[in-house]
Amino acid sequence: MSTATGPSARGTFLGMPAVPPRSPYGTGHLRGERTFPRAAHDELGNEQLRRNLGKATHSIRAKRLDVTGELPDWEALRDAGSAIKTDTMNRLPELLEELERKVTEHGGTVHWARDGIEANEIVTRLVRRTGSDEVLKVKSMATQEIGLNEHLESQGITALETDLAELIVQLADDRPSHILVPAIHRNRDEIREIFLRQIPGVDPALAATPAELAAAARAYLREKFMTAKVAVSGANFGIAETGTLSVVESEGNGRMCLTLPETLITVMGIEKVLPRFQDLEVFLQLLPRSSTGERMNPYTSLWTGVTPGDGPQDFHLVLLDNGRTAALADTIGREALNCIRCSACLNVCPVYERTGGHAYGSTYPGPIGAVLTPQLAGMHAAKDDPNSSLPYASSLCGACFDACPVKIDIPSLLVELRHQHTEQSGTTAEKLAMKAAATVMKQPKLFTAAQRAAGLGRVVAGRSGTFSHLPPPFRGWSDSRDTPAPPKQSFRSWFASADGAAAMRAAAQDGARHTDDDSQEAQ
Amino acid sequence: MRIALFATCLGDTLFPEAVKSTAVLLARLGHDVVFPPQQTCCGQMHVNTGYQREPVPLVSNFAEQFGDPSIEAVVMPSGSCAGSVRHQHELVAARYGDAALRAGVAAVKTKTYELSEFLVDVLDVTDVGAYFPHRVTYHPTCHSLRMLRVGEKPLRLLRAVEAIDLVELPEADACCGFGGTFAVKNAGTSSAMLRDKMDHIAGTGAEVCTAGDSSCLMHIGGGLSRIKSGTRTLHLAQILAATRTAPHVLTEAAR
Repeated sequence: MSTATGPSARGTFLGMPAVPPRSPYGTGHLRGERTFPRAAHDELGNEQLRRNLGKATHSIRAKRLDVTGELPDWEALRDAGSAIKTDTMNRLPELLEELERKVTEHGGTVHWARDGIEANEIVTRLVRRTGSDEVLKVKSMATQEIGLNEHLESQGITALETDLAELIVQLADDRPSHILVPAIHRNRDEIREIFLRQIPGVDPALAATPAELAAAARAYLREKFMTAKVAVSGANFGIAETGTLSVVESEGNGRMCLTLPETLITVMGIEKVLPRFQDLEVFLQLLPRSSTGERMNPYTSLWTGVTPGDGPQDFHLVLLDNGRTAALADTIGREALNCIRCSACLNVCPVYERTGGHAYGSTYPGPIGAVLTPQLAGMHAAKDDPNSSLPYASSLCGACFDACPVKIDIPSLLVELRHQHTEQSGTTAEKLAMKAAATVMKQPKLFTAAQRAAGLGRVVAGRSGTFSHLPPPFRGWSDSRDTPAPPKQSFRSWFASADGAAAMRAAAQDGARHTDDDSQEAQ
Repeated sequence: MRIALFATCLGDTLFPEAVKSTAVLLARLGHDVVFPPQQTCCGQMHVNTGYQREPVPLVSNFAEQFGDPSIEAVVMPSGSCAGSVRHQHELVAARYGDAALRAGVAAVKTKTYELSEFLVDVLDVTDVGAYFPHRVTYHPTCHSLRMLRVGEKPLRLLRAVEAIDLVELPEADACCGFGGTFAVKNAGTSSAMLRDKMDHIAGTGAEVCTAGDSSCLMHIGGGLSRIKSGTRTLHLAQILAATRTAPHVLTEAAR
């Protein structure tokens, strides 16, 4: 955004330097340790994971189609959601300032965090001030992104996740693998084992049924809710017009966190702001139907600053950049900031379905994660940066674009990021090959010669007429696919030949004869 | 109608039977089919792999070869190449082309069609007089389905084929896992997607799996060949071009 209305022209936007900052390298959870193909290789070998994921994504997919299909104005809602988000991104600085003003007016305190390091420090300072060494957490993508729990732990503060799936992941010392269903990769029996091992005093006869597992978690969490002094939440939406924050959830544990403690600290990515209160009308329809396939989520909590005698008496809002202005500065890529974290794209993605969320190495997995992660954290020129492999972790099938409630053109954004990556990565063998291919293909004579040369492959292919082993980089391809040898004659040489001309004449005559027959019949 | 055939680089080189069928079919329907001989490739592989400078000469050549105003339509047996011409050429021209290229690309875009949409939308035919007495299942390729929105058009054409036994493919709209260089860069994930697609095809008991893209068929066919499945792959054009007088003989090479 370097236009006259952009933040750089305003000078004061988030204390932003001329080049917008990315999320700092090596902090938080926006970069895995291995490239996508390597990480996916291990996940692909996990049959249990494949079954768990396949079952879960297929069931959410079907539910989503049912509840979106029943709304006559679903497409209009998607258009409205897309338009509101695009408008929001176009005037993000002014909306954030309005949000800050309104939150402050209502007795809250707003903090600005350039990156995850600053946000973690702010939250730690605020928790310390309460004298507590324990915080309750409402499921929050932003705090996962910056690694808040790990940071708090290093400062001697225990963070307890209260979202059931998030709790399962935390108790198992595991990482979330889905935006909405963080424990999607676990089945009931695995969860029972985790609870037996980690929850003090749990009934050893615990059954692996959803009701009993939920009851065990509830008993464990209730005690914490009654004693905790401070909670940390994320926010699904922040309304600039009123200073209202919102969390939507299914279990009610979030509402406990938002209402019972004395101090509430909300960490919100700056892109989550919405201009008007009325905009919720659109997003509270789009989000639950897209994410869980429900008409409405069970709990929607809204709070505006503090209310004397009711709920937390000390409220802090931490507005997190962590690479978001860098994404905003990319005129094509900024569309990714429209994401409302519904996870519909994950649930329809054939790549996610087979590899799971851990293969993406980021808090944000799946198609939108493959776009958002490199945008927030960058694709460092060092060729082994795992984030450089994310834009290629897609067959560009487009199912994500069809499912996205705010119509983010994820395939086009992936192609754009691939382009940015190849432009940044200097001369590579692939780039040379692409240049060579373009050189051959732009000259029909060379192209025809190459076709003839390829035809010689028939000799190598032998009697089967196929190749079953190819050299690198095609070795992975030939592991499970035969490749046909080029036939004797290309189409162009057939078309130019006497045979081709005769076949075309015969076809024309055949057609004419049938047309005559038809017209005779008609008479 | 004067129709220019775009063979696509893959069709021209590896799958000429699909292109021959397209040419013969259009001629049989009474049209004047021309083949601009200077044509090569649409550049989709470049763009999808992350290269937008390199395919500029390819995009430019395409616009030049097919820009001739006497050409009323540009038809190709490929949803993904048609998608590339309609959605990606403008992107490349806007970034690295000059005003002439941007204008050329915009002019050609509006008369470019994938085969099934050309037959149904432009020529307004669904019964092309084909005869194909085999059990067939249809895989809608992602780019036809989601970039071009061909929807039911290929199925309407297939349903009108005489003697065909058309069986529905379960989870038809799931990607086969090809995705161009995706199948090379993420070969393992691609293979896992292919395996599921082949299982669904096997479940139909079809002799032939057809689609509107030779690239996806190369992927699916390559997998079926490796597991020595009895099912063959055949381009939609090859089924539509087969008639009682010139039937397709399934025993000959599928391409």
